[in-house]
Amino acid sequence: MDGAHDMGGVPWSDPVLPEPDEPMFHAEWERRAFAITLAMAMPGGWNIDMSRFAREDRPPEEYLGKSYYQIWLAGLERLMLERGLIASDEIEAGKPLHQTRPVTKTLTSEGVAAMLHRGGPTQREAKNPARFAVGDRVRAKTIHPPTHTRLPRYVRGYVGTVEMLHGVHVFPDSNSLGNENPQWLYTVTFDGRELWGPDGDASVKTSVDAWESYLEPA
Amino acid sequence: MTGHDHDHHHHDPEHSELSETELRVRALETILSEKGYVDPAALDLLIETYETKVGPRNGARVVARAWTDPAYRARLLKDATPAIAELGYAGRQGEHIVALENTPTLHNMVVCTLCSCYPWPVLGLPPIWYKSAPYRSKAVKDPRGVLRDFGFELPTGTDVRVWDSTAEIRYLVLPIRPAGTNGWSEERLEALVSRDSMIGTGLPKQPHEIA
Repeated sequence: MDGAHDMGGVPWSDPVLPEPDEPMFHAEWERRAFAITLAMAMPGGWNIDMSRFAREDRPPEEYLGKSYYQIWLAGLERLMLERGLIASDEIEAGKPLHQTRPVTKTLTSEGVAAMLHRGGPTQREAKNPARFAVGDRVRAKTIHPPTHTRLPRYVRGYVGTVEMLHGVHVFPDSNSLGNENPQWLYTVTFDGRELWGPDGDASVKTSVDAWESYLEPA
Repeated sequence: MTGHDHDHHHHDPEHSELSETELRVRALETILSEKGYVDPAALDLLIETYETKVGPRNGARVVARAWTDPAYRARLLKDATPAIAELGYAGRQGEHIVALENTPTLHNMVVCTLCSCYPWPVLGLPPIWYKSAPYRSKAVKDPRGVLRDFGFELPTGTDVRVWDSTAEIRYLVLPIRPAGTNGWSEERLEALVSRDSMIGTGLPKQPHEIA
């Protein structure tokens, strides 16, 4: 979807602000929100692309008005509400009010290390040859799906060069809807002036990782 | 999305909502624990893992090894995931890692414009600026400007290569080994490897800085 999360190249007047003491979390609730989000994926059964969509699919003023972990929290609440794991009145009441929906798996402390070590590899077996090779010129398609996508707006319509092949990976656009549809994944590199015009920095090249169906021969 | 400085929070409109958020998170944890969906001990362990065990010291070990062991460096640049796993780092948000070699003529910088993708097993959780709107917007268009925000200027003649982490590939920058470190042990070199030098928004420390 076209949303405020898709920030590449958006004019932003504030400088990047390195933080001198860099606490990992800036409030106790951030610690808990982080951990609950990681832990709930197991009983919840959603995948990373469903999580990302639940976070980004909100009006720009809301996305930009929330802090990072407030967005995580809002995304988590949506995923749980959609699946009937919690109800709005329970959040308001601060306690369970309805029968618990049974779940098949939960994360125990004994399972934490294994869960983190396993991660969520997205590479799948290649069933067909790659359409593009290193060095090929490709155009990122102009698409504006209302659903999840990982093709950022700032490259859509522009021509780049295939720099790497990463094998076949789960396709986020469909995975967010429950279908892995694995595809070849490429690193596609764009010249600064292709993306930003004659005033762009010619000494800069920028790449995105793009699935095969995002690309067409140029 | 904004940086928080708790000492100067009083005029931030978000401040008044913080207690509300805090209460909401507590309510959620209570509900989810009572329903049996989350185990508070597992939550504690997740937090402890990322606050104390997984962080940029892991990446610094990888870099220092690559600086001292040419065969390791070659393995890292060819296929970083197994090379990094040799040192015991693997898993969540680092399932597929690519190492990017800085040279005198090429400086690599990593960003995630769409969210906050970052190589957790080697760098830990991302810093707040990495997740911020200014970094996510500027890095792909004006990386030299971003570097100026970090207080340094790349020489002209050094090209910049920005990697937007739009898939599940995670990128780790292999910075240039500082001059004046001949004969240094791996452990000593690790102290030079700043977190930002592995993102591409900084350079390794110089020997005199850690004397």
